[in-house]
Amino acid sequence: MAFLEIEHLRKSFGTLNVVEDFDLAVARGEFISFLGPSGCGKTTTLRMVAGFETPSAGAIRIDGKDVTEAKPNQRNVGMVFQSYALFPNMTIADNVGFGLRVAGRPAAEIKSRVEEMLALIKLPQLGGRYPYQLSGGQQQRVALARALAVKPKLLLLDEPLSALDAKIRVSLRQEIRQIQRELGITAIYVTHDQEEALSISDRIVVMSQGRMEQVGTPFEIYNYPRTRFVASFVGTLNVLKAQVVDVSGKLTVDGQPVATAAHLDGTRPGEIRSVALRPEAVSLADADGESNRLHGTVEEVSFLGSVVRIRVRFGENAVSLDTFNKPSVPPPDRGTKVTVSFARDALLLLDGDAT
Amino acid sequence: MKRAKIGPWIALFLGTLYFIVPLIATFEFSLRMRRGEYSFDAYAVVLADARFQATFGYSTALAFATIVVGVLLVVPTAYWVNLRLPKLRPVIEFITLLPLVIPAIVLVFGYLRIYNSESWLPMTSSERLTDLLLTFGYVTLALPYMYRAVDNGLRAIDVRTLTEAAQSLGAGWPTILFRVILPNVRVAVLSGAFLTFAIVIGEFTLAALLDRPAFGPYLQLIGANRAYEPSALAIIAFGVTWACMGLINVVGRASHGQTPKAP
Ligand SMILES: Nc1ncnc2c1ncn2[C@@H]1O[C@H](COP(=O)(O)OP(=O)(O)O)[C@@H](O)[C@H]1O
Ligand SMILES: [Mg+2]
Repeated sequence: MAFLEIEHLRKSFGTLNVVEDFDLAVARGEFISFLGPSGCGKTTTLRMVAGFETPSAGAIRIDGKDVTEAKPNQRNVGMVFQSYALFPNMTIADNVGFGLRVAGRPAAEIKSRVEEMLALIKLPQLGGRYPYQLSGGQQQRVALARALAVKPKLLLLDEPLSALDAKIRVSLRQEIRQIQRELGITAIYVTHDQEEALSISDRIVVMSQGRMEQVGTPFEIYNYPRTRFVASFVGTLNVLKAQVVDVSGKLTVDGQPVATAAHLDGTRPGEIRSVALRPEAVSLADADGESNRLHGTVEEVSFLGSVVRIRVRFGENAVSLDTFNKPSVPPPDRGTKVTVSFARDALLLLDGDAT
Repeated sequence: MKRAKIGPWIALFLGTLYFIVPLIATFEFSLRMRRGEYSFDAYAVVLADARFQATFGYSTALAFATIVVGVLLVVPTAYWVNLRLPKLRPVIEFITLLPLVIPAIVLVFGYLRIYNSESWLPMTSSERLTDLLLTFGYVTLALPYMYRAVDNGLRAIDVRTLTEAAQSLGAGWPTILFRVILPNVRVAVLSGAFLTFAIVIGEFTLAALLDRPAFGPYLQLIGANRAYEPSALAIIAFGVTWACMGLINVVGRASHGQTPKAP
């Protein structure tokens, strides 16, 4: 049995359905990310797990216990907020010890636990300071320590790094992941940053408009997006409109024939479908007979440093492709006629029709 | 660019004159009771007056009662509005502003009509009950100031997130209110209390019409009948006000309750 079970969870505010049929089983010690654009219902789902919102339907079980109706202060679920939410009137040590004091733990135990937590977040010196004397990154680490001090069953983080600088974001996310591993705590991490989700999660739940689009490991989500939405939201993916010629795997893109390794079961010849291509799977070189080839015109060249991103247009469709920068070979000029190639299995068929 | 810098200084200078000159003039006049030389005689007379002591004491006691009732009424209300009913904020704000629009004289006539000795709730029938009525009247008069001060204090902290952070750490409502919210709006509550104090000490209409021995009616009585003592009283009132302000500053600096919220 899974440690955290979320079953058919729904939430509507008035007539607005914010979360629809959210269903997820999380194993003990797993690190799950909710990934999706702003307003897709990530926070609302997390807040239902925390107990700050009452689900319109569905159930939530933590460690076998139904907490759907339980009050937030009875769930033993730690929460880290985007705005840190440290108590301004308390010192860092008092902040970290707050949950233990509320629970009525003896002073000596609180003191040693606070020291342990401050050591864990590598701020052992700062117990006597006040929150406003700390940087944003330090405050968020304290918030993490405060949430973990009471040994919660579950750690929930709602965009904890969004208010921080890019550099600190990267180092702190690794630190959060490392602490989570060290303690073996089950965590749900909400973010709209796909790179963040891909880099630290065991599994990712991609969400759009209140629905779960896909659940999978970062590898699965990135390489095998199931829907057009996931494909376009995770990574830079080329989404093309292709017309089905033959269900055995033959399609045309702007009138040029291509083949896919995917099954076209359930499609009809003549139907327009969305297909996806990763920029790194497309190359400018003409390749062997097995690969697909498309002829087009260079529309744009962006020099990104080690990588040069080139957009090639075929007609209605265009693809971006990445080539490594070679000092000896300048990138092609705009307007140059080129041929791009890609393997059959790089061409992914997305769910739903293209209209 | 020089002119742009001089402008504000001129404004500041004129503003200062506007406030300082009458104050100095009043003070100077209050020292002239003894012919031909400056003295504090007027102050001595005022402070020795038993009615001064009685009315000032009475008003101070009522001011404290007003502050207690006001804080207990306003802090939970403003907290709840901020937390759960933000859409009601304009409505509540409008209601709290009504006492500024409705003259105190209208208020007290309303009170007398509803609570007179023949009514179903005869609050004017005994002195203690009238004091209570007066306190409630003062709470109403001070409401715009108290509510605004507390609401500003609550808005300066992220009430909702702090509440949720405390809840997720296991805290119940009393802990949240007294250990998290109140300490963080302490300075705001104090400045509301100070404003309430200033209003109650100087209030005339309610006290006079309810016929209670408050400081306001006493000020009026002295002002109408004496020459130098009213000036001395005015200076004393200023002194009390400034002392309050100083205290608020001291308390404000000693606490860390008003630090800006995290970005
Ligand atoms: N208390 C609420 N009342 C009404 N609508 C809400 C409330 N909370 C969230 N919403 C709406 O629900 C949708 C999802 O919000 P949210 O869960 O915060 O999204 P995310 O965290 O993914 O950005 C948004 O359209 C938002 O406006
Ligand atoms: Mg959100």
